[in-house]
Amino acid sequence: MPDGMTIDYDGLIPNNVDLATDQRVRKALETWHPGYIDWWKDMGPEGFQQSLVYLRTAIGVDPKGWAKFDYVKMPEYKWGILLAPAAEGRTIPFGKHKGEPAWQDVPGEYRAMLRRLIVVQGDTEPASVEQQRHLGATAPSLYDMRNLFQVNVEEGRHLWAMVYLLHKYFGADGREEAEELLQRRSGNQDTPRMLGAFNEATPDWLSFFMFTYFTDRDGKMQLEALAQSGFDPLSRTCRFMLTEEAHHMFVGDSGVQRVVERTVQAMQQAGITDPTDIASVRALGVIDLPTIQKKMNLHFSLTLDLFGNEISTNAANAFNAGIKGRYREDKLDDDHALIDATYPVLRCIDGQIVEQQAPALSALNMRLRDDYVKDCESGVGRWNRVIEKAGFGFRLKLPHVAFNRAIGEFAAIHADTEGNLLDGTAWNERKGAFLPDDADAAYISSLMVPVHETGKFASWIAPPRVGIDNKPGDFEYVQIVQ
Amino acid sequence: MDAMATRTLIDFRTDPTCYKHWRIEFDGPVAHLIMDVDPNGGLVPGYELKLNSYDLGVDIELHDAVQRLRFEHPEVGAVVLRSGKDNVFCAGANIRMLGQSSHGHKVNFCKFTNETRLSIEDATENSGQTYLCAVSGPAAGGGYELALTASHIMLIDDRKSSVSLPELPLLAVLPGTGGLTRMTDKRRVRRDLADVFCTTEEGVRGKRAVAWRLVDEVIPPSAWAETVAKRAREAAARSDRPRDAKGIALTSLERRIDGGSIRYLLVSVDCDSEKRRAVITVHGPTEPVPDSVDDAVAQGAEIWPLAMARALDDAILHLRLNEPELGLWVFRTEGDPAAVLAYDAFLETHATHWLIRETTHFIKRVLKRIDVTSRSVVALIEPGSCFAGTLAELAFAADRSAIFAGEASGDNKPPATLTLGAANFGTYPMGNGLTRLQTRFLGEPQSLAKAQTAIGAPLDAEAANDMGLVTFAYDATDWADEIRIMLEERASFSPDSLTGMEANLRFPGPETMETRIFGRLTAWQNWIFQRPNAVSATGALQRYGTGQQADFDRNRV
Ligand SMILES: [Fe+2]
Ligand SMILES: [Fe+2]
Repeated sequence: MPDGMTIDYDGLIPNNVDLATDQRVRKALETWHPGYIDWWKDMGPEGFQQSLVYLRTAIGVDPKGWAKFDYVKMPEYKWGILLAPAAEGRTIPFGKHKGEPAWQDVPGEYRAMLRRLIVVQGDTEPASVEQQRHLGATAPSLYDMRNLFQVNVEEGRHLWAMVYLLHKYFGADGREEAEELLQRRSGNQDTPRMLGAFNEATPDWLSFFMFTYFTDRDGKMQLEALAQSGFDPLSRTCRFMLTEEAHHMFVGDSGVQRVVERTVQAMQQAGITDPTDIASVRALGVIDLPTIQKKMNLHFSLTLDLFGNEISTNAANAFNAGIKGRYREDKLDDDHALIDATYPVLRCIDGQIVEQQAPALSALNMRLRDDYVKDCESGVGRWNRVIEKAGFGFRLKLPHVAFNRAIGEFAAIHADTEGNLLDGTAWNERKGAFLPDDADAAYISSLMVPVHETGKFASWIAPPRVGIDNKPGDFEYVQIVQ
Repeated sequence: MDAMATRTLIDFRTDPTCYKHWRIEFDGPVAHLIMDVDPNGGLVPGYELKLNSYDLGVDIELHDAVQRLRFEHPEVGAVVLRSGKDNVFCAGANIRMLGQSSHGHKVNFCKFTNETRLSIEDATENSGQTYLCAVSGPAAGGGYELALTASHIMLIDDRKSSVSLPELPLLAVLPGTGGLTRMTDKRRVRRDLADVFCTTEEGVRGKRAVAWRLVDEVIPPSAWAETVAKRAREAAARSDRPRDAKGIALTSLERRIDGGSIRYLLVSVDCDSEKRRAVITVHGPTEPVPDSVDDAVAQGAEIWPLAMARALDDAILHLRLNEPELGLWVFRTEGDPAAVLAYDAFLETHATHWLIRETTHFIKRVLKRIDVTSRSVVALIEPGSCFAGTLAELAFAADRSAIFAGEASGDNKPPATLTLGAANFGTYPMGNGLTRLQTRFLGEPQSLAKAQTAIGAPLDAEAANDMGLVTFAYDATDWADEIRIMLEERASFSPDSLTGMEANLRFPGPETMETRIFGRLTAWQNWIFQRPNAVSATGALQRYGTGQQADFDRNRV
């Protein structure tokens, strides 16, 4: 019997859930597997499928089991089913079932709700792989290329994680949903992915870094909330996924920081004192800070939409049912029931942005979004310290939550990045000052030239301070085989 | 809590320049009826109409739009119902509105909604104006019920759009404004699949929705606009409506309310709150019939049958919603029976003309409103009245009627008569598919045959009574007292039991989809609307949106 700590590598699918004795689920997963491999080959990273990539693979679910690095061809990556170890005697931490033993099986009355949450989460995983599939061709270094592929294979594994839950706990419906997760395509008009931000293009590497910083961080918040779930298999799955997600955000956080570093360094060397002198900065072959700000504005606002409506019955139901908690529910000190509690919500009333107290249960999306915004600030602070240290007055800043929104309270209005309301005309006139326009896109795209020489980096990005797995600067992270 | 009880007058009169929630776009013979509900445009404060959810105000506009498309747009052969919002078709009746509404308001709201939906089907069936529905985004609950009124439902296959009837799992009520019945009777969805569908909150989408007959086709987004346009053009091409005719304007309906008196040009209502009754007097025509049908078109909304029907329709709706305590309606008429019959003859002669066709179907719908109104209805056939042909239907729609026999002293009005016309034998079927006379004489076909032989002859009290066409005949000696006692007695009974009894007695004979919607379905819904599982403080309607589940009394009744 596996103890839930070691991973069984004997079968087709590495796992710590005792697939060897679970005929039904193993058969379902093995039936699903070829379709997944086809999807990966069709929609996974373009080119490089035969290249040897220095990837980490989990060999255990404890902290030590993690750092197993080796060269592997991506289609041969050991995608597996890995759950964090079961916590003995775990109880449901919140909602109306608080204190009851955590569910090891799906309660019938919450089946549809759980399935929906799992499918929506599952849909984002392959979506980002699809969004990023062209980026390999313009990687600014082998180091970055490896990081991209690491993120991609782990998003693939996250899909496996969700599909396992669907196969194991949701019967024929679950198998059907698992199949459909392979059918949808990011950005496709007829078969789009479920959420807006996952149908947007990731056209360049700055977008990739912004995406992994901002949008993967939404993934983190959602996983944190689901990790609190009273449905124990979901909780354990999400807890393990979070360890992988941390790396994705590291890629984004450090990626943006290296872009900023390179820009201020080039400005210093050229004696440029005005960071908004875009033409002069661009002449240096680096990305000017105002354009970085615009990219931030775009990715931050698109990601906020993923939190849904500020006031949400679904979120309230999911919490009360014990299915989806708050960010770090276990660290919060209240009754974990929220029946009579309130929470301040930003609302749009008669065209004005006002704060109102709303029932805390209905305002859970808002609360998770607030936690998210706080979480986003840390990286921005680090990026600004790089600018500050180089002696420039420019500061990057998260735009106002009302800016550029398509879902929720602010979908109906236009606002600038400070949250001042704009009418349609003013918005159209000033949009280009807030969001990347065609000229910005063309400039960034002109910088996207591949660098395949070990230890070398494209003009617009600084090298990392330390290598992956403590490898030296000239380590060959990807052995390219065309 | 009961915001509807603090009465703001609900006005059913509107026109497109006042719409908050709908717009109509015209494309030759195709009209697009676009639902784009203003979240802040609720009829009363206390709820936001999010996600194209609706309240009575939204339905009043829909009803007006449907009516205007028929009268003002003879050139339109197909109407596409669609959403003006990107992410939702329609989320159904607004839950918070239902939660804060009185029981009476909910029932009346649902009744009006049912009538509007039937009028959409009536347009498709009888006016050559075919309704199609283009569902993009989720159509949930009342949203899907609205879609069900269309003769062809198209669903975009974008993997997000779905149809659902989540009332039972989500709200512990029924898809009670036609949802269940249209699914089984109109679309013939298999009962077990219907059972699964109605208990699955998220509904059904894509190919399964077609396989279960919930929609007629699913269309990929890339072909959506083109296919919807094509289906609409095809439907319009099948229409017999005149492409080159000009419609008439449904001009704003004049109405003066002054205390208990409500005056339209052709209908007067006198409310007596102490006696809990409203006397509704319909005035017969004073102008001669038009020389030609062109002349009728030129008269537009002023022509007697249409002007009378519009006024009566508004009076009925007004009394239902705004005067719930007036439990007894007394129908009277004033005018010349021959003039009414002359208009009937005109309508019959030009029955195939688009405007005349619209007019008779409209009168049919107004009369049907009376059939399903939860008020005791009494018709008084007095000297000087004109219960003939079309207006005789008022007497047959009543729960009971009385005719004045003989002369009234000190009065030179012509004696009371009842005159049958061809209009009483097929023009105005009830919801059960039978005429009011067929329904009346279900157990005595010989009486029906005899009535038919009397067409055109003014029947005095004795004849009308003998032929079973009235309930009572009283002469001058008894009239005043008998009528007073009858009305007082009626007003003293329990309103609930009267409503139940009347609804039962009015619809003998065959069931149709329509009678099932009003009878069986709404009766169950109205029962559920009274039960704690739905409406108590811990019931599903109150708990909806709070995140807390309802506490159910688990006893099956
Ligand atoms: Fe992920
Ligand atoms: Fe991720």
